[in-house]
Amino acid sequence: MIRLSDSLRMAVGGISIHKSRSILTVLGIVVGITSIMAVMSVGQSAEQLVIGEIQRFGPSNIFILPGRQPQGPMDAAGTILNDSLKEKDFQDLQKKSNVPSAKNIIPYVFGYATASFESETYDAMVIGGSEYMKKNFDLTIQSGRFFDAVDVEQKERVVVIGNKVREELFGNNNPIGEKVKLKDGKFRVIGTLASEGQGSFVDFNKAIIAPYTSVQQDILGQHYFNRIVVEADSVESVPETIRDIKTLLRNNHNIDNPDKDDFFIQTQEDIANRIKTITGILTVLLTSVAAISLIVGGIGIMNIMLVSVTERTREIGLRKALGATNKNILTQFLFEALLLTMIGGIIGVMGGTLLTGILSYAARVFAGLNFPYVFSIGGAMWGIIVSFAIGIAFGIFPARKAGKRNPIESLHYE
Amino acid sequence: MELIRTEKLEKIYIDEEVRTRAFFDVSLKINEGEFVSIVGPSGSGKSTLMQVLGYLDRPTKGKYFFEGKELETYSDDELAHIRNEKIGFVFQAFNLLPRLSVLENVALPLMYRGIPMKERNKKACELIHLVGLDDRIDFRTSKLSGGQKQRVAIARALVNNPKIIFADEPTGNLDSKSGGVVLEFLQKLNDQGHTIVVVTHESYVAHAGGRILHIIDGRIEKDEKVEKRRIISEEGFSK
Repeated sequence: MIRLSDSLRMAVGGISIHKSRSILTVLGIVVGITSIMAVMSVGQSAEQLVIGEIQRFGPSNIFILPGRQPQGPMDAAGTILNDSLKEKDFQDLQKKSNVPSAKNIIPYVFGYATASFESETYDAMVIGGSEYMKKNFDLTIQSGRFFDAVDVEQKERVVVIGNKVREELFGNNNPIGEKVKLKDGKFRVIGTLASEGQGSFVDFNKAIIAPYTSVQQDILGQHYFNRIVVEADSVESVPETIRDIKTLLRNNHNIDNPDKDDFFIQTQEDIANRIKTITGILTVLLTSVAAISLIVGGIGIMNIMLVSVTERTREIGLRKALGATNKNILTQFLFEALLLTMIGGIIGVMGGTLLTGILSYAARVFAGLNFPYVFSIGGAMWGIIVSFAIGIAFGIFPARKAGKRNPIESLHYE
Repeated sequence: MELIRTEKLEKIYIDEEVRTRAFFDVSLKINEGEFVSIVGPSGSGKSTLMQVLGYLDRPTKGKYFFEGKELETYSDDELAHIRNEKIGFVFQAFNLLPRLSVLENVALPLMYRGIPMKERNKKACELIHLVGLDDRIDFRTSKLSGGQKQRVAIARALVNNPKIIFADEPTGNLDSKSGGVVLEFLQKLNDQGHTIVVVTHESYVAHAGGRILHIIDGRIEKDEKVEKRRIISEEGFSK
């Protein structure tokens, strides 16, 4: 039986007869594997980016949202325009007897407003929260201070501004103590936030943060909340906290049928799972598209192998005359196909790694996203395995054809 | 000792629904150590007969015994092994692999026996020396002259130390000088005890052997013993 090393040597010899032809054929596989690798890696990076954002909130955070749970991407309107979460709900949630396992309860309101200082203006996202918000979002103060319970209680017109807001309104001047005009009122700047990489949900660089009480009254003019975040005292107590919240809110809103809830509850885990599902589906879809290019590459391999078998008919005849069995010939041509696809696969994995690196670098530098670089080991393994499978799938037919050739007819082939 | 025996061997080709009888009613015996020439005009079936005797093709009818064992009982793989180990071929068109070196071409049959490279190169070197091509050992065979190519082919045919060598018009593509060298080699090998079957349409080639089978229209018409063999090394080769 022929040795493996000889089979490999023959395969190398075989594909180097027509070097440029082999390179072009390999290119088809390279493009396919590169795009699959890139899609899979970017998909994982995007997922990590979003999940990382969600994990800013600890796993014991429970989000109460107004309206119905959205049933699909087009069903978001119900949550935005809903005013079901009122001040009374917030007050009742704070009562220890209602939700004993709740540690902190932070109401949020948000909207857009134009901020102005002297001749400068800036359209900012205005977020109203409580004194616990700083810890809740893990915010870093660069200068000044965050607002406290007294500011919230007194509906003080004080703001903490994001880095970008500070730059736009104040340039290099110290903003602390200055008064910013928001809507009809003037708000005193008491603190600035450290610059941070852009997350997926809230860009705090472009945000103005103030006590929810004054935001409700002086900027947005609303008496309801856009969110209420309840922090359970431990991860284990999250389910019972949710149960207590639901009971309380249904009671407050006179709801006896849970299907008619005018609020819904999300945990960090729910959101993370949903995002994983979405990115998962997207990755699969995009990978399928990329896989088509790989099939085209495979067809290219088969085409070239069929041409090669025909061109080398006399060689096949001669090898058989000298003692090559059908299996020897089949192996020889199959190894050539495999060598082509494996070279393509390895270059494709390297190309995919490089492309992913470039894409995530571009996302960081040009889009300012906190885009992590993920080397998808799964993607790399997958790329190599798929290349092998493509080699077998598209190489076996030409190889079998070669193996079955009759020695005499092949020797006399013109 | 008997090496080859056939009984009423017949080969029919069907090519695009046209039946062609290449040879029929061939019953012959070849002993070890013989130098047999199969002679006939082109189209007489002599090449096809050689291919069947060389296990490159199967007969349509009749019986073929090699070393006393009947062909019919062998599978395709077994035939490949027999071709590899017991038979050497020399073709009119040389049939070397042009992108391989002289050494690699000669060593090729040993590769299909699974012999490691070092060992097969050693064996191939010996045979390249025998045919006098030491200085061409690393040349690609496409760079060689016709006569040199045929000497490479002879070295390759010998590399597995076969029981029999089949040569199909071995001098057909060569000038008289190169043809003489090749024929002289075959004669020398025969003197050393190798069994040789040469297919030719030229009687002066045929007379290098000790026995001539005349084949006309697919039948052996005459089995002639050569009384006075032409010794190529003494008489030379002339067309």
